[in-house]
Amino acid sequence: MIKTVLDYLEASASKYPGKTAVTDIRGSYTYSELLKHTREVGSYLAGQKLPVNSPVVVIMDKCKEALASFWGVNYAGGIYAPFDCHAPAARLGLIMEFLKPAYVITDREHFDKASEIAPSERILVFEDICDTEIDEATLSEIVAERIDTDPAYIICTSGSTGIPKGVVISHRAVIDFTEEASEEMEFTSKESFANQAPFYFDASVPDLYCTIRNGATLHIIPSDWFTFPIKVLDYIAEHKINAIYWVPSALVVTANLRALREVDVTCLKKIMFCGEVMPVKQLNQWRKYIPDAKYVNYYGPSETTYASTYYVIDREFSVDEALPIGRAAKNTGVLILNDENKACAPGEVGELCIRGSGVGLGYYNNPAKTAEAFVQNPLSPFYRDIMYRTGDLVSENERGEIEYVGRKDFQIKHMGYRIELGEIENAAAGEDGVDRVCCVYKDSKIMMYYQGRIKKEALEAAVASKVPEYMVPSVFVKLGAMPMNANGKIDRVFLNSSEAPKE
Amino acid sequence: MSKVTDILNEVFDDESYLTCEDLVETGLVDSFEMMEIVEALEDEFDIEISGRDIVPENFANVATIEALVEKYL
Repeated sequence: MIKTVLDYLEASASKYPGKTAVTDIRGSYTYSELLKHTREVGSYLAGQKLPVNSPVVVIMDKCKEALASFWGVNYAGGIYAPFDCHAPAARLGLIMEFLKPAYVITDREHFDKASEIAPSERILVFEDICDTEIDEATLSEIVAERIDTDPAYIICTSGSTGIPKGVVISHRAVIDFTEEASEEMEFTSKESFANQAPFYFDASVPDLYCTIRNGATLHIIPSDWFTFPIKVLDYIAEHKINAIYWVPSALVVTANLRALREVDVTCLKKIMFCGEVMPVKQLNQWRKYIPDAKYVNYYGPSETTYASTYYVIDREFSVDEALPIGRAAKNTGVLILNDENKACAPGEVGELCIRGSGVGLGYYNNPAKTAEAFVQNPLSPFYRDIMYRTGDLVSENERGEIEYVGRKDFQIKHMGYRIELGEIENAAAGEDGVDRVCCVYKDSKIMMYYQGRIKKEALEAAVASKVPEYMVPSVFVKLGAMPMNANGKIDRVFLNSSEAPKE
Repeated sequence: MSKVTDILNEVFDDESYLTCEDLVETGLVDSFEMMEIVEALEDEFDIEISGRDIVPENFANVATIEALVEKYL
């Protein structure tokens, strides 16, 4: 039985020792090199008597050394916590307060950043610890004591309040996701993945684990290349990349910045996305240029390990339609509950709740928030059965597929009607000349903020043609740039505040 | 060709871009802003910019953007 994610790494290193495991713009590691550096980091930490199940922060740009650091922490029995090296020190400081990590691993390049958040005796520089002599005996001793439900990593997210929380994910959760994805997508050692998401974001989890599970190769693409996607596509064509797990925004930008028609990237056979709603308009462009690929729309919060449901795109969609988020992944249970905690009938809108091995262990050092979101399944009150309340509203369509409706926090009551702000946003998002859109409810008024070249009057007319009159925003605000939060999502906290522009 | 500055004025909230040596290098422009700029240029000048020309060198500042548009006119 596969017990920890390290089993993946060891198996691939013994099967494909000389094969490239990971490559970044500075160089590559073969599987045996990756395993070696991982064990070196692990040996160093074990030598420092890292307490088991304690967090170790890794703060560097996404690179191959980050991977050796992550799994090195796991070898020493710790939990790795990737940090965004571009985030303001004040925000990282908030996370440090509840994480209280034993160590912060960085590289020479980011030493100054690490120094802003941790005292120097807690900072380990990768270049200094990566040639530690491997202590086989101690590492095997530690690994032998690990069980599959032990934590593997902590991903920090900020909820709608903007206060960060650390989601704790077990080895079992990662393994179950990876097994399911590998089976569904028929991954083999021939796979080449092009990573887009930063490692502090859980959208990168499939890249890392589907790679080492299958003895495949991971290509780490620098984040700033995505502003000029032609470079990314040239890279994909040159290296014959065949699989990508990207966030929808990256697919949208690539389509809108005219890159798809310039480069033949039909080498891509498996195109997967998760993290936001994928607009059909741009999906259709991808399908036009790469008709033979398998496209999969994944859904799931970080709290339940990358994705809990998925939909393999099997039919045509028009720009006014939304993609379903499909059905539950294996070993995952999904419940749609109404306000009285009863199961919804098909077609009825309710909150999506997730059960199963992918459910996280909770928020690190935050029992109050954990108790709010990770709760007993009300439908089975007689034994322990924990489910995660996603806060997402969904309904089941006549095909038995789940459809995303919006966020529960964005459900409002206006003029006696119950309204999903997400539905109004969707009505606007399909319009030409709308790049980003966000609706808020302030002072009993629905306000729509948007970024894009469409004129206010045209947008209002378009929205009015799609939604009932009581849902048409009373104010439209065109913004030069949409305010974004640290997680790269639209900053609703700011737009809801009194500081946001009013017209 | 101040139409280019008109477009950039719409995209950026303030005028710091005017004195910025390199919009891309300094991180002033992100991918969504790039989409807006490209779409606005295409609309305004009735041109179709090739993906091959959407590269950092062509979007470094007002002068390079104007030179790019010139090429299509």
